[in-house]
Amino acid sequence: MKRRRLAAIIIAALGVFAVIGPARAETTLRVVMHSDLKIIDPIWTTAYIVRNHGYLNYDTLFAMDAKGDIKPQMVDKYEVSKDQLTYTLTLRDGLAWHDGKPVTSEDCIASIKRWGAKDSMGQKLMTFVKEMQAVNPKTFKIVLTEPTGLVLGALGKPSSNVPFMMPKRVAETDPNTQISDTTGSGPFIFKKDEWKPGDKAVYVKNPNYKPRSEAPSGMAGGKVAKIDRIEWKSIPDHQTAVNALLAGEIDMIESPPHDLYPVLKADSNVKLFNGNPLGNQYTFRFNVLHKPFDNPKIRQAVLHAFNQEDFLKGVIGDPAYYKTCKSFFPCGSPMASTKALEGLLDSNFDKSKALLKEAGYDGTPIVLMHSTDLAVLANLAPVAKSLLEKGGFKVDMVSMDWQTLVARRAKKDPPPAGGWHAFLTSWVAADILNPVMMGFLNASCDKAMFGWPCDKDIEGLRDAFARETNLAKQKQLSDQVQLRATQYPTHIPLGQWYGAFALRKNIDGVLEAPVTVFWNMTKK
Amino acid sequence: MLPYIGRRLIATIPVMAVVAVVVFSLLRLTAGDPAAIIAGDNATSADVAAIRTRLGLDRPLVEQFVIWIGRVVRGDFGESYFFKRPVSQLILDRVEPTLALATVTLVLTVAFAIPLGVLAAWKRGTWIDRAVMGVSVLGFSVPVFVIGYVLIYLFAIELAWLPVQGYQRLRDGVPGFVQRLILPSVTLAVVFVALIARITRASVLEVLNADHVRTARAKGLGELPVLLRHVLRNAAVPIITVIGIGIAVLIGGVVVTESVYGIPGLGRLTVDAVLARDYPTVQAVILVFSVVYVLINLLVDLSYTMLDPRIRY
Repeated sequence: MKRRRLAAIIIAALGVFAVIGPARAETTLRVVMHSDLKIIDPIWTTAYIVRNHGYLNYDTLFAMDAKGDIKPQMVDKYEVSKDQLTYTLTLRDGLAWHDGKPVTSEDCIASIKRWGAKDSMGQKLMTFVKEMQAVNPKTFKIVLTEPTGLVLGALGKPSSNVPFMMPKRVAETDPNTQISDTTGSGPFIFKKDEWKPGDKAVYVKNPNYKPRSEAPSGMAGGKVAKIDRIEWKSIPDHQTAVNALLAGEIDMIESPPHDLYPVLKADSNVKLFNGNPLGNQYTFRFNVLHKPFDNPKIRQAVLHAFNQEDFLKGVIGDPAYYKTCKSFFPCGSPMASTKALEGLLDSNFDKSKALLKEAGYDGTPIVLMHSTDLAVLANLAPVAKSLLEKGGFKVDMVSMDWQTLVARRAKKDPPPAGGWHAFLTSWVAADILNPVMMGFLNASCDKAMFGWPCDKDIEGLRDAFARETNLAKQKQLSDQVQLRATQYPTHIPLGQWYGAFALRKNIDGVLEAPVTVFWNMTKK
Repeated sequence: MLPYIGRRLIATIPVMAVVAVVVFSLLRLTAGDPAAIIAGDNATSADVAAIRTRLGLDRPLVEQFVIWIGRVVRGDFGESYFFKRPVSQLILDRVEPTLALATVTLVLTVAFAIPLGVLAAWKRGTWIDRAVMGVSVLGFSVPVFVIGYVLIYLFAIELAWLPVQGYQRLRDGVPGFVQRLILPSVTLAVVFVALIARITRASVLEVLNADHVRTARAKGLGELPVLLRHVLRNAAVPIITVIGIGIAVLIGGVVVTESVYGIPGLGRLTVDAVLARDYPTVQAVILVFSVVYVLINLLVDLSYTMLDPRIRY
């Protein structure tokens, strides 16, 4: 009797399982990003880690595809009036915030206003905006004072600050105050309750997200979340992160240092993938406020003393991960051009010395800030020092950690009193695609970025670029900006370099994009 | 005893005041600007200046100090510049991993260092003594992070017995908690064992030659009772003292170990806060560490009365 009862229970249980079917295991992707997530407002800061957080949690009206074209993202369709003064944008059906409420025109207008108050390209765009009006809950208009080619480019800009859309109640937060409500409408939902700065940030798939039907391309197209849960693990030590990947404790490292690539390549369970084909650009930045770099001719001498290969070899080493690119704009992007840079960046030391003599260089030592703690930057300053000295300069290289450099570069004091003459950094290509986006080309004196170049010609050309709506004419203007930037150097491009994601072999669907994105990724 | 404890606790107030002044001043003298770090790489000077104003960093240093110390006295450590959370909450969130790591390390240390030290002293001049002292010198000389990487390579990568990194809270399961604590604790304990074993050996050696030990042996007591009852107890005061002083070494080691093993404890919080120039967090963590250090030394002093009845306060 007991046996029969037991058999009946087993059969019943099997029947239940047969009806339910096997449960699909939740997929969790564990990732070590380039930095820990400490701030969650992508409008309040330009930090790349916060931008990447933004792309998971929020969505954008437009986005840049793999070819560099701006495509609608949250926008279903848009119209530009014949006089090019009115843009009418209609949102896609089914867009909803993570709390279930629909995305409305009012939300988008408030979001654009907040972003436009903070972002440099947004500020430029807002100088052309007369007003923004909600036509109905799904349609709104941007009315301009004069035509500009900036509207789509700015609203679809891929990098910081990205114009992410937020609910009106959030977007009405003062731009200089951090938001605390993280409601977005992106393909993933940020789990604020599980966020532990210094430990992990968690995102789960947004079950109500309606991706576009197009295939993903760059930052555009269908953002299909195929992973249920993403955990950004904070492991600040590179070696430990690599060990954790080799041991299978994590699935991906966003930016492992180049010197650990051989270790990663040697493991059959790990693969490297260059997710950002445009890469990054090394840059030498002048401070034009103080002698001798207040003299453009002396800055031109640096253009003759430097060559890109030495910098790239000195930091990256493996030619597979760098290329020389004599252009202010990233090679492979629409505005790239070698015009005006022929004959420069060839380490012509005689020419450099001749220019210094002509300019009356008095031997003032160049205070060169040397960042020592970031592997991708640490070797740049010693190479610069060597080339500058060969080119006839005296150099006082001051070593410090990056955060100290960040603080010091904001100071306008004379170099001997705690200021500076020059430093080297790296730009993500997506941040420097044209003269308006490229912050170092901003030559508006006190309003410019640290280094404070001051040149009416460059500013005039950048304004003309902003007004221009024709791509061919924009390219001409871009070339003119580049020419002027060799006569009045604001900074020097030192070539492009590439990093690779390190991934476990069971991770697929990683997209090539200027920013690390997680849609389309799968884990077997 | 109670008046003594009261006096000692009152004496911690000027100590903490000095620590507060030194920490506050050192941080302000250190190069770096939290506002510039918060603003991000693409920020303009105006953005940085606006953040400085909002954080109150443009006020005179004395005014900043008075505001901060006034809050601390009321038990408010302020809000982290970066995490936008109360610093006390941040510290509470990070206490468990550090406490667990420190406790397990201390237990391991006492379990290994004292027997090894006693053994080395008892077998003085033999190969056992030389081996224990040789390993101690090695343990004391090799940096914590090197020990950490070697242990990770052996036990996590090659043998795959233990996880490489991370921490699991006790409430999420004892096996995971223990598994993830073994390597960091052993890493940290190596230095501590080396230190305590050497001190134990020296203290025990001194007592081994004392008259009362000779008397105990002459009375016919076996070696083990002699060592435990008559030698170790009398040698305990300097050993306990060094364990107390060694807490400082432990705190330093925790900072490195938590970074190597990716443990989100107070050590990692300190490193992150220092790198980000998160003044309120650094100041609070150092004050907390200082209080802990002062209290542990008070406990060590009080323990003397239990170990040596001749000592009275």
